[in-house]
Amino acid sequence: MSGTWVLRGALLPDGTAADLLLRDGTLAEIGAAGSLDAGGARVVDADGLVALPGLVDLHTHLREPGREDAETVESGTRAAAAGGYTAVHAMANTSPVADTAGVVEQVHRLGRQAGWCDVRPVGAVTVGLAGSRLAELGAMAASTARVRVFSDDGHCVSDPVLMRRALEYVRAFDGVVAQHAQDPRLTEGAQMHEGDVSGVLGLTGWPAVAEEAVIARDVLLAAHVRSRVHVCHVSTAGSVEIVRLAKQRGLPVTAEVTPHHLLLTDELVRSYDPVYKVNPPLRTAADVQALREAVADGTVDVVATDHAPHPTEAKDCEWAAAAMGMTGLETALAVVQETLVDTGLMGWSAVAERMSTAPARIGRLDDPALGLGSHGRGLVAGAPGHVTLYDPAAPTVVDPAAHQTSGRNSPFRGRTLPGRVVATFLRGQPTVLDGAMVDREPAPEPAAW
Amino acid sequence: MRHLLSTADLDHAAAVQLLDTAEAMAATQRREIKKLPTLRGRTVVNLFYEDSTRTRISFEAAAKRLSADVINFAAKGSSVSKGESLKDTAETLQAMGADAVVIRHPASGAPHRLAAMGWTTGAVLNAGDGTHEHPTQALLDAFTLRRHLRGGEGDLAGVRVAVVGDVLHSRVARSNVHLLHTLGAEVTLVAPPTLLPLGVGSWPCATSFDLDAVLPGVDAVMMLRVQGERMNAAYFPSEREYSRRYGLDARRLRLLPGHAVVMHPGPMNRGLEISADAADSPRAVVLDQVTNGVSVRMAALYLLLAGEGSEA
Repeated sequence: MSGTWVLRGALLPDGTAADLLLRDGTLAEIGAAGSLDAGGARVVDADGLVALPGLVDLHTHLREPGREDAETVESGTRAAAAGGYTAVHAMANTSPVADTAGVVEQVHRLGRQAGWCDVRPVGAVTVGLAGSRLAELGAMAASTARVRVFSDDGHCVSDPVLMRRALEYVRAFDGVVAQHAQDPRLTEGAQMHEGDVSGVLGLTGWPAVAEEAVIARDVLLAAHVRSRVHVCHVSTAGSVEIVRLAKQRGLPVTAEVTPHHLLLTDELVRSYDPVYKVNPPLRTAADVQALREAVADGTVDVVATDHAPHPTEAKDCEWAAAAMGMTGLETALAVVQETLVDTGLMGWSAVAERMSTAPARIGRLDDPALGLGSHGRGLVAGAPGHVTLYDPAAPTVVDPAAHQTSGRNSPFRGRTLPGRVVATFLRGQPTVLDGAMVDREPAPEPAAW
Repeated sequence: MRHLLSTADLDHAAAVQLLDTAEAMAATQRREIKKLPTLRGRTVVNLFYEDSTRTRISFEAAAKRLSADVINFAAKGSSVSKGESLKDTAETLQAMGADAVVIRHPASGAPHRLAAMGWTTGAVLNAGDGTHEHPTQALLDAFTLRRHLRGGEGDLAGVRVAVVGDVLHSRVARSNVHLLHTLGAEVTLVAPPTLLPLGVGSWPCATSFDLDAVLPGVDAVMMLRVQGERMNAAYFPSEREYSRRYGLDARRLRLLPGHAVVMHPGPMNRGLEISADAADSPRAVVLDQVTNGVSVRMAALYLLLAGEGSEA
């Protein structure tokens, strides 16, 4: 399916209704609702739908290469498109680990072949995620994948010297180190948030301070070497306070929070249902409230999914044996609506900032020089035609069996979320239309924008 | 009662009913022929993922005295060691017609999963899961206390119990706190701060770091086993210091009121959490606990499999 599209009467993030014209891969024109002449264009009735710039996920696990039983780049990017995403950053904890130019180029190529959204590989900070010596960060940055985000996610770069060196080194190509903040000693054997519930359940606790101590150290290191650090999946009120203080001091730190940490608490673990097992763990209601307020006031820059699909058997077992992680690409926007928009904490403009502009900026996906179909430039005429149409008044019961991801481990299964993604446009062409996947040839990608 | 997973699931009436039923079972054990026909034709599987000779034998004896067929399944050396999941094992046992599964598992919550997921339609009895709960141990402890302090009737209202030692890793302590509270007893947990869970303040009990201060005011002291593998994890500086601060020795035994009893779930580390003086004193009811365990487990199996009682 190709051609020119008019999205008629969509609500822009600022609340005004408008027509959007998508032509030749770009958002060619924005006019008042009903004003644009469709001509030969196909028309999408977007009355009542919110138009957002194509969402960008800073934290996705696509599992390929190596764990294709859990997810492939194809199935993961289909899920991304279904969730309104036009670009994802694919985490490095694959098998083999994405710690060389060869692996990141493979992931990038698979993403282009699939064509559902742009895939930006994340490079490992250390060889094999082992935390002992730096991976070839420069080679990954110079590869065709143009890696700018480096992370050992799943593992913490706990050695302070190694973390310092990584932060220093990536300055050479404007990279950022995305830290999975988890002191390994304080979390040995940890299975859930350490607090009242863990004590009752007899599950080893993952204390908040194990996250907060690493974040405090890293922002000070980043300030010391004048480099960018990004904190993955902030989960505690204390972490928020540290990031807030760091930003007040002008330190180069950004942070993300996951949808599940904005909605779910450790009380759910009382069921011993491994679908709620995740790292960092679900925290308390007070933490959830602090995280919501931090996203709303900008202390937390990004909502990122930490989409972590697992095969059924990895969750269909006792708690201790279960894998950590949850799927999230296809439910993220609805969870954000429920927790941040419907609560009155922020509007759709802020959603666009936290889920498109900021993650693209942090990952340098907004840099035309990188030639990866610039994302995060907002809904402005002349920008690439990445648009998400979302119906905020379409309550939907989450059914993981109907998801595009291979993972069925959604913590929201059976829950009614307030809205749904109706359409996703990547470079002006629909990947999702009327809530269904649009099978087509991958859209051609310009060399640069 | 459908399953016995946690003492937190037992209300006062259900707990007393279990103890009363255990008393009736104990009465049958004084007969020349101890075996009852109650569970004839029913199959009880002891599914043990951890070594536990005493608990397994106690359950086995209980089931056999009720005339149930007993299958002992030890994970070690079985299909489990070849990688079989709990789900597949449970479904295999289900296919073989297990009416009840007595499960001991190193993972907290494993019995809950087994009961909740439909992997077996039989009753599930938690015989100890990770550091979570060990409900039949708590029931036999309460049974023993009731016999010594309340003449084997009613509940434990007003009874003061100190539970001493590694509460953090103790499923016995968790089950006892719930059950003793439900039965009206007042529980004080005594341990170094490193061996108390962070959220213990929300539990229905008091806490203390000072054993000497607690002992004069209790009717029973329940010593917990210090697990050898904890020694290297810096929960306390040395065995000697632990023993001095939290061990029950002859001097501390004298601090107890005259009627107070000494309990231990076993196996005991003599010289560490309990001295030989204390373990062998007339106040010690450790062997009574073992004996009572069979009666309590007979009661649990009877109530779960004989179709009496209601959901707990």
